[in-house]
Amino acid sequence: MTDAELMTGLADIVNEITGIPTTDVTPDVRFSDDLDVDSLSMVEIALAAEEKFGVRIPDSDLVKLKTPADAVAFIKKAGVNA
Amino acid sequence: MTSSTDGGARADTVVITGLGAVTPVGDDVASTWSALLAGRSGVGLLTDERYADMPVRLAAQVITDPADRLDRVEARTLDRGQRLALLAAREAWADAGAPDVAPERIAVVVGSGIGGAVTLLDQWDVLREHGARRVSPYVVPMLMPNGPAATVALELSARAQVRAPVSACASGADAIALAVDLLRAGLADIVVAGGAEACIHPLPLAGFAQMRALSTRHDDPEAASRPFDAGRDGFVMGEGAGLLVLETQEHAQARGVRCYAELAGAGVTADAHHMTAPEPSGAGAAHAMRYALAAAGADIAQVGYVNGHATSTPLGDIAEAQAIRAVLGARTADVPVSATKSMTGHLLGAAGAVEAVVTALSVFEGRVHPTRNYDKPDEAIELDVVPEGHRAVDIELALTNSFGFGGHNVSLAIRRL
Repeated sequence: MTDAELMTGLADIVNEITGIPTTDVTPDVRFSDDLDVDSLSMVEIALAAEEKFGVRIPDSDLVKLKTPADAVAFIKKAGVNA
Repeated sequence: MTSSTDGGARADTVVITGLGAVTPVGDDVASTWSALLAGRSGVGLLTDERYADMPVRLAAQVITDPADRLDRVEARTLDRGQRLALLAAREAWADAGAPDVAPERIAVVVGSGIGGAVTLLDQWDVLREHGARRVSPYVVPMLMPNGPAATVALELSARAQVRAPVSACASGADAIALAVDLLRAGLADIVVAGGAEACIHPLPLAGFAQMRALSTRHDDPEAASRPFDAGRDGFVMGEGAGLLVLETQEHAQARGVRCYAELAGAGVTADAHHMTAPEPSGAGAAHAMRYALAAAGADIAQVGYVNGHATSTPLGDIAEAQAIRAVLGARTADVPVSATKSMTGHLLGAAGAVEAVVTALSVFEGRVHPTRNYDKPDEAIELDVVPEGHRAVDIELALTNSFGFGGHNVSLAIRRL
């Protein structure tokens, strides 16, 4: 799965959970400060990403994922199931 | 309609300026009221397979799934009862003219009998099937019984107070009683008050069924809820929400809004008799009615209508009838009584609030809805129960009763302006 595919998949998840348009979910926006995603929604986004990409995102790593680019990099490193 | 009988607007007079409801007979107040006047039932059979082996398969569900009436993102973090509360609150607030009030002067009081039980049970299924990591992070705010109140307070930016009385099937009326207190104490200028409930699920249904509290008239669902009728055999679980906008007459008059009626007084008592059975003489219920009249500065000569709690249980309806007779005495034969639950089923924590909406409209329009299925009078219930067909009545003051497991009794007095 390419970075672009991962980004598209992540944007779909963010849209599904928060209603934020997928076009606003760009690599370097910050989930909390720019998109106003609260901590409960971040948990849901992580759960959906785990399911969609077949990875595990521990809480200790989740708190470090500030942007979609961070999330895509983590998912790739964790070994996404293509 | 905004002048009081003594001519001036008063700060201690509470008026009703907005109504909102979602019920099994209508998605809003207008459709609910016209369905009730026409005697239409919202009771049906639960056909989902998870009810197939249940001893009771009757319920009164709202017509349109509330999730379909809300934005997808908005709906997904709210329990069904919270969704119903939000829809009713929006309707009531718009009906009151979307008042421009400082957030610090807006209070919300919304009760629920059971809270988000369906969320709790559904998420328990998720936990068992998929593990703790799949449980929704919203499960706690969705199951907490103050959830509907908090949802409405967020919607309206209400910062005076947000309260959530929990008193079983009296919760909605209890919330309105508390709202009157807040306004009279000067703690808010406007209060959105009522109740919301959505707990139709096999477990609560089985629980009520095991108490033998529910009707089992499966062969004729629309005839199952028959308050005061000799053939009644229990209540029918319902769901819905009812909310009223209440404010001081002074505040309402200053902004020139239409007033439906005065919320003239509330009487609240406790039975301390049995956890679930009504006190047989109806003494606590009678005291609640008397206190409501006293709080309204009224006497029985002014009572022109009683909207009964009247759930259709064999014992409960008799206890209430005794209480009404004890209060009205020789006037009993002259005061029409009707039972909203004959059509909506029992909305539990929302019932008292929806019935307050109905009673306000009865007073405002001077007509009362029928009691569906009142076919054969019960000799133990000597009341003027309004049968099929609505009736025009000039009502100076009406009482609406709500009672709940735990021994809660609430009666509200609603007066024509």
